Amino acid sequence: MPNEYIKDFPILQKPMNGKSLVYLDNGATTQKPLSVIQAVDDYYTTFNANPHRGAYDLSVKATEIYEGARETVQKFIGAANSYEVIFTKNATESLNLLAYSYGMNFIESGDEIVISIAEHHSNLVPWQQVAKAKGATLKYIYLDSVGRITQQEIDAKITDKTKIVAVTQVSNVLGIINPIADIVKKAHSVGAIVIVDGAQSVPHFKVDVQALDIDFLVFSGHKMLSPMGIGVLYGKEALLDKMPPFLCGGDMIDYVWEQETTFAPLPAKFEAGTQNVGGAAGLAAAIEYIGKIGFDKIEAIEADLIQYAIPKLKALPYITLYGSDDLSVKTGVIAFNVADIHPHDVSTILDADGVAIRAGHHCAHPLMQYLGVNATCRASLYFYNTREDVDKLIDSLSRVRGVLGYGS
Amino acid sequence: MDLSGVYTEMIAEHNKSGRNKKHLVEPTIVLKGRNPSCGDEISLELKVCNGVIEDAAFTGIGCAISQASTSMMIDLIRGQNVEKAQEFIDTFLGMIKREITDDDDLEILDEAIALKNISNMPARVKCAVLSWHTLESAIKDEK
Repeated sequence: MPNEYIKDFPILQKPMNGKSLVYLDNGATTQKPLSVIQAVDDYYTTFNANPHRGAYDLSVKATEIYEGARETVQKFIGAANSYEVIFTKNATESLNLLAYSYGMNFIESGDEIVISIAEHHSNLVPWQQVAKAKGATLKYIYLDSVGRITQQEIDAKITDKTKIVAVTQVSNVLGIINPIADIVKKAHSVGAIVIVDGAQSVPHFKVDVQALDIDFLVFSGHKMLSPMGIGVLYGKEALLDKMPPFLCGGDMIDYVWEQETTFAPLPAKFEAGTQNVGGAAGLAAAIEYIGKIGFDKIEAIEADLIQYAIPKLKALPYITLYGSDDLSVKTGVIAFNVADIHPHDVSTILDADGVAIRAGHHCAHPLMQYLGVNATCRASLYFYNTREDVDKLIDSLSRVRGVLGYGS
Repeated sequence: MDLSGVYTEMIAEHNKSGRNKKHLVEPTIVLKGRNPSCGDEISLELKVCNGVIEDAAFTGIGCAISQASTSMMIDLIRGQNVEKAQEFIDTFLGMIKREITDDDDLEILDEAIALKNISNMPARVKCAVLSWHTLESAIKDEK
């Protein structure tokens, strides 16, 4: 079946190692459509100036583009107000902002911070640091045998002492969708706030912050067609208001005296220094592009590819798959290993066929320890992938063991 | 990319055989080497007496390139004094960094010359050098 979106992505037209590129590392970063590349180009070609500063036309235009992008994000995630959308460089910076501004100020000795064992290091290490600094306890929600978070585990780990629950909506390794609504319900019942890492979910299905009633959402632009270096922190107004600034400097102040400073209101309070306006323009264009396709279509394509890929992978006796393949909780991320072959060798051998996958620990050491593996291979799909890409993956995988002198 | 130039028979054989992958009975030095970016970890065991590496072995997890590189290194250094081991290290790292390219200069590396093509694969260089850097740290106090 021809994919009508490939033509929009210049990099997908270029060969890799002399073969057509089969890009299956979308969990790491996605490719960029021409409309996004052009939006960034247009900004720098036509509208570049420092927003919020100058009283001249170009600066006003730059401000319009930047604030317009904020409104685009607001509508995209269903936020009540545009000033609840803070631009950062990526999900990692958003999570660090939360750890330092919220965690370091509102967590006390004896409090509990709850995360899941499937967290990316970016939603794990900052909380480990907060817990160490404040004498709090970092508790882990573990997964069942197929990688899901159960209600029993939610009820067991979130207690009256819990102040922060920080969880990923979709595991970047297993691709499993976590029950955010159940987690929010339990967390709010004990007065804890909920931080959702949307890096692997926001690009793939509709995430509505008000419908989910989550307190904070973070995500990266570059995993959803945007340039690198632009990301988002959404937070409820009341929480963002009571948090002190994370970075201090220009544009985040109200007034500065020799010994005192009053801070700007939201969102400027959290956006010190000149921001990535070109990146914001790119992010807005990416959201528009996704909007034109529609999440219904994106989800349908990814579900078709997963349904096509899983039985083919299962038919290879030397492949081990990790996590549930129940489509109701699974996105287009497939973690697997090839018997006797290290993931890095798998990746190198696939690369020779133009197939790009990720190999390693996926910035999730504790999850690897929990799964009892040192590393895995990961193929992660997006709407511009095709069944033909899956066929090439399977073909290439069938050669891997032979290259290293093992029988099939 | 020609895979046969990377995964040579020699590399495949060292990776599969595991003949140097074991614990020593009484090692005098045990040192871990880690590749934080890929999660690979080896533990190098040496029995050094009077400046001579009487025996060596390793355990751990890694890709074929790191496993084969470690195994080849152990074959080279077994029975050698630490000064000679350092010469192997310098030559091997020089080969991977493409600072030493003349085959005559590389001859002392014996089978480990099979890893020369890794110098063309920046993504895999760290796999090839892990055990050699670990050995260098392990013997630096023995010289």
